[in-house]
Amino acid sequence: MTTPSQTAGPFFEFGLTSKDGPYAVAEGESGAFWVRGSVLDGAGEPVPDALVETWQADPSGHYHHPEDPDATAYAGFTQGGFARCGTDAQGRWAILTVRPGPVPGRDGSVQAAHLAVSVFARGLLNRVVTRMYFPEEAEANAADPVLSLIPPEYRATLVAAPADDGYRFDIRLQGEHETVFFRI
Amino acid sequence: MRIAGYRLDAEGTHPPLDWPAYGSTTLRAPSRQPLLLPQTLTEVTGPVFGEGAVGPLDHDLTRQHAGEPLGERIIVHGRVLDGDGRPVPNTLVEVWQANAAGRYIHVVDQHPAPLDPNFTGAGRCLTDAEGRYHFTTIKPGAYPWKNHHNAWRPAHIHFSLFGRAYVQRLVTQMYFPGDPLFGQDPIFNSVPDPAARARMIAAFDLDTTEPEWALAFRYDIVLRGRDATPFESEEEDE
Repeated sequence: MTTPSQTAGPFFEFGLTSKDGPYAVAEGESGAFWVRGSVLDGAGEPVPDALVETWQADPSGHYHHPEDPDATAYAGFTQGGFARCGTDAQGRWAILTVRPGPVPGRDGSVQAAHLAVSVFARGLLNRVVTRMYFPEEAEANAADPVLSLIPPEYRATLVAAPADDGYRFDIRLQGEHETVFFRI
Repeated sequence: MRIAGYRLDAEGTHPPLDWPAYGSTTLRAPSRQPLLLPQTLTEVTGPVFGEGAVGPLDHDLTRQHAGEPLGERIIVHGRVLDGDGRPVPNTLVEVWQANAAGRYIHVVDQHPAPLDPNFTGAGRCLTDAEGRYHFTTIKPGAYPWKNHHNAWRPAHIHFSLFGRAYVQRLVTQMYFPGDPLFGQDPIFNSVPDPAARARMIAAFDLDTTEPEWALAFRYDIVLRGRDATPFESEEEDE
């Protein structure tokens, strides 16, 4: 019944991106940092026509959505915890956000702080879906029920690296160190 | 707290990522199969945009400039539904497209067809309480691309939908009925199930066509439906 996915193609920029898009929170928001990265193809070349979207909980671990059972007073989000950024000619993207709290998993488990990350692009007939985790949270990451699904040798592709003004999170669509993607 | 997840789509609904007929997939399709992630609160929530996301003329792509764009004025409307036929209300619908000459307002588009100073080709609206949306635009032209010899994209409008959950996010393309270019288009034909492919084609709609003004096309979009059985999503003891 579902309508099929099709590629976003190379020309989505004027339809889907805006100057406010990359800001999950406003500049100057308490605890704000940049997540920057590149999208790379199977030859290691930058992908200059990709769109990266992120979705996340607030710092207390709640989603700004009617189905999160516990509302929160966090007022820092400008788009409810969403952000998106098209890649530039060097394949680079960046979003400004805050660290989400841990959120409930299934059956009483707890998920480590993470961003849900989607990538759309020319040459991707459907989006690819991954997650970004934080490097300082080794213990929580080790117990995370989603990271635990991944063979250990691939888990590192979902953990960001610390950077001067936040974190670095590269997405490799194909090839060596290919990012782990999910079917959700 | 028990939360209903969303059903996985039937086999053949969506294109495979690895689809050699579309050359750009070669270096971009992941080589490993995606890992099945049992949905959590992260996946069943998602951005919910309000009225602030949409400007008063965003739904009318023919009125965003000083003059009227060239081309065939059309109405594109329909409903956003979930897999059980329920309307998805108040959800953001974004569209972008080429102009009547088949040219996108994008620096990378080098097709030697004219830009139209009165047409940008981007629109957005929120669905109403019954899941309805409505755009006025110009029928986009077909355009050539370099995927294979004499390759042409069928006329299409790109659609972006959020639904109510991260798992419902969908970017697709709306096609026009009877397009002679379907047979040679690897993007349209990447959808394995012919019935699913047909769901990307709008229907000509004489009832909504406005006399002496604009032809209408109806395009309903179906997002994923919910599981009958909820899963347990517990808070930590506080």
